[in-house]
Amino acid sequence: MRLTCAGVCTVAALSRGRNSSYTPKDGRTALTDSTANRTSITLDSVLGSVEILEETAEKLARDAGFDEDTASQIAMATREAAINAIVHGNRYDPTKHVTASFGITDDALTIQIADEGSGLDPDKLPDPLTPENILRTSGRGVFLMRAIMDEVQFHQLNPGTEIRLVKRRIQKETHS
Amino acid sequence: MSMKFTTREVNGVTILDLSGKITLGEGGLTLREEVRNIVAKGSKKILLNLGDVNYIDSSGLGELVSAFTAVKNAGGELKLLNLTKKVRDLLVITKLVTVFDVKDDEASAVASFA
Repeated sequence: MRLTCAGVCTVAALSRGRNSSYTPKDGRTALTDSTANRTSITLDSVLGSVEILEETAEKLARDAGFDEDTASQIAMATREAAINAIVHGNRYDPTKHVTASFGITDDALTIQIADEGSGLDPDKLPDPLTPENILRTSGRGVFLMRAIMDEVQFHQLNPGTEIRLVKRRIQKETHS
Repeated sequence: MSMKFTTREVNGVTILDLSGKITLGEGGLTLREEVRNIVAKGSKKILLNLGDVNYIDSSGLGELVSAFTAVKNAGGELKLLNLTKKVRDLLVITKLVTVFDVKDDEASAVASFA
């Protein structure tokens, strides 16, 4: 399923388009068919899109069974990725869009956010913890994503960059 | 909810009581402007009460650093008061807790200014 919005999409629009096939499993919320639970949305390069992606991530994380604190952290990591895409990648260019996709499986929540900018080399990002960088007023977004999520990967597109965020569910202990 | 603030003065210390979010496009610019206005008026002892700030993103952290640097460059001091757990955790992760003087009690925070 893919939604493309001429203006800014709303969370309601996204929710209406989702295949809501959540089923309880082993006492936790789980999904029966991961392929049916991948949602894509294309948004304009405006600040309002950041809020939409952040709210969507938090809602999906809660629905997927993540606790409140973790869902809030996932939302923050998504926010940072969205800001990266809209502000630093597309630079608010009205001709460029941001595409996000959210996928939930029994194992993890995966969020992919792609821009159409000039690209980002994650290896060249300065370490915000070093004494020479600690007082910088920017440059902490990717660091926070990495601190919050289990996996943060960058894929170079042509043009643009895709950030892939993964938060794994805590595996339940099995008793024999 | 975007950021709101009120300003008061206690024993020569300007206290900003902030509430809401300090994020890109919401509270950040307002905080930067307000702190610079206070410095421009000659106040060099500033306490940011973050007790009702429930959310800060990386841009908001940058605004706190910007405010800290602006006050320091003017020969003053900026300290933080009443961090929520979320905000404190972020300052710890980013090591900014080593930059800011963080206080938990207003009276002792006010008294701590030279």
